[in-house]
Amino acid sequence: MTEPSRTLTRTPSWNDDSDPVIEVDELRRAYSGGFTAVDGVSFSVGRGELFALLGTNGAGKTSTVELLEGLARPDSGEVRVLGHDPYRERAAVRPRTGVMLQEGGFPSDLTVAETVRMCAGCTSGARPAGEALEMVGLGRRTKVRVKQLSGGERRRLDLALALLGRPEVLFLDEPTTGLDAEGRRDTWDLVRRLRDGGTTVLLTTHYLEEAESLADRLAIMHRGKIVVSGTPAEVTTARPSHIRFTLPPHVPAGRLPLSLRAAADGQRVEIRTRELQRDLGELLRWAEESDVNLGALDARSASLEEAFLDIATEHAEAAEAA
Amino acid sequence: MRRTPTETGTGTGTGTGTEMATGMGMAKETGTRMSTGAVVTGDTERRAGDGPGGRPSRPDRPGREADTDAATPRTSTPSGRLAALGRAEFTLLLRNKTALFSALFVPVATIAGSKVSLDRIDLGKSGLSMVEAALIGGLGTVLIMAVYSNLAAAYTARREDLVLKRLRTGEASDAEILTGTALPAATVTLVQCGLLVAAGSLFLDVSAPRRPELLIAGLLIGTVLLAALAAATSAVTRTVESAQITIMPLFLISVLGSGLFVPLDVLPEKVASVFELLPLSGVMTLIRAGWVGGIEAYDVLGAALTALAWTVLGVFAVRRWFRWEPRR
Repeated sequence: MTEPSRTLTRTPSWNDDSDPVIEVDELRRAYSGGFTAVDGVSFSVGRGELFALLGTNGAGKTSTVELLEGLARPDSGEVRVLGHDPYRERAAVRPRTGVMLQEGGFPSDLTVAETVRMCAGCTSGARPAGEALEMVGLGRRTKVRVKQLSGGERRRLDLALALLGRPEVLFLDEPTTGLDAEGRRDTWDLVRRLRDGGTTVLLTTHYLEEAESLADRLAIMHRGKIVVSGTPAEVTTARPSHIRFTLPPHVPAGRLPLSLRAAADGQRVEIRTRELQRDLGELLRWAEESDVNLGALDARSASLEEAFLDIATEHAEAAEAA
Repeated sequence: MRRTPTETGTGTGTGTGTEMATGMGMAKETGTRMSTGAVVTGDTERRAGDGPGGRPSRPDRPGREADTDAATPRTSTPSGRLAALGRAEFTLLLRNKTALFSALFVPVATIAGSKVSLDRIDLGKSGLSMVEAALIGGLGTVLIMAVYSNLAAAYTARREDLVLKRLRTGEASDAEILTGTALPAATVTLVQCGLLVAAGSLFLDVSAPRRPELLIAGLLIGTVLLAALAAATSAVTRTVESAQITIMPLFLISVLGSGLFVPLDVLPEKVASVFELLPLSGVMTLIRAGWVGGIEAYDVLGAALTALAWTVLGVFAVRRWFRWEPRR
């Protein structure tokens, strides 16, 4: 918990006999105000892999992805997508990538079908409009003006457009933001199937369970840097588990066994441990013997969410200490 | 956009017919759920560059590597992309009442208006009849309203709606995106100008164009020039509403100084020679020389050079300063 940044070794979870599809080396991007949004980011994504970029708002996810999409040029560092510079060699890269921006750009007075037709005309090997819309569950909304779509439907339309050219590499910037639970599950299923079909996917999200359930590998960004990366399992097993409970009013936290290293806030107690089973056993035995009733007892292995929150807190503290 | 059915290996009938047949078949099975299993498989196959084991690729289905095959309809081409963008933009123009009004009605109204104002000016020095002056000014007004004003707003709207950003994630080049967006306005303009020239020649006692090639060159250069200036103007325009203000400087100096309402040669000579260098002046001189003649070859050449110089400047300004995304 002390080192500010660490990269876990990863086991390749995909079958890779070629160069990485996405390669990012020491990427930096600063905005005109002097704010450095991307600060030395490096990672690579193999063919058919699903890579998730996680982070709080403002962590630099979108700024990074825009560099990969070739929408902007990095201030330094290198990006390779399918072996090409996506900014300078636009014509070589674009026919093979699909992009879902964080916010859809649609002319609001066009209908869904007209929007798809416009984009299909600019896309090599475009799927038929009906097929693309059917994939995202918008098959019955073709004649509706874009401005009359709900936020979730726009997100689906956006996804349909990203899939239009049967891309080899798919960039999804917060694909499920604004979707309801069912829409999110539908999108996950679709993205999984695309990945299983061989599509390389890079997605950003601030839904941790999304990254946990979808990603082969992920990286957590914080203030423009990647602070942890690895498979979801690697990232979470490196983190402590938690036990939380409330002590009855007459029992002070000081009576808890010292070996548990509990942190108390009034009667609320939290124990962070790498030995969940052992410490939970000890706690329960103590409660049994002392005849103490533990309220709202909650014991859980580290989740990505906890890992994520830990990282954010650690770095905030590190920044204050510095 | 209906494409030739060229899929193989999709299994659920994607390869068999029109999009609607496919779509409805799937909708029956799955309701609104996203449904792709079979379709997704197609991705791997295509990526591999040919059909999967045992399943023959159809000859009309290109792999990525065969993209250079010009006969296939599946690779997007510059003309195809321009057509797709232009078509969408045309639909948007038809649905935008303000833009339609300023592109179609304002020029006609201005001609009527300028006839009235021209009554008070002695055109003797210019050698133009009142009707000729009004119609030539009308062509300039069409250019300003239908191309410049309209496109400055359109580029701004597309940028603020993030449409330009989206298009840049696709295969269309920057130049194609800007040109495709301008196509409907350019078409409307040239048709209107054609109608004005025809109406003038047939009903209003104005001669048929004496040098049609100069007239056409003037209109074409004017269209390109004003489209470029519109894009440059949109770079300093944050909203569609503010476009009405940011277009004013060029609008005013053109109306006053480029011979839109008042032919330059009725002005004092020194003033006129400065005004000849304004952005739209060269274009207006070409148009006038092409339609009614009476301008010396030397002046025509100067006008053409002025117009081209401004066009080059405009294109440079766009490349240098055009914004593809809203300011944050």
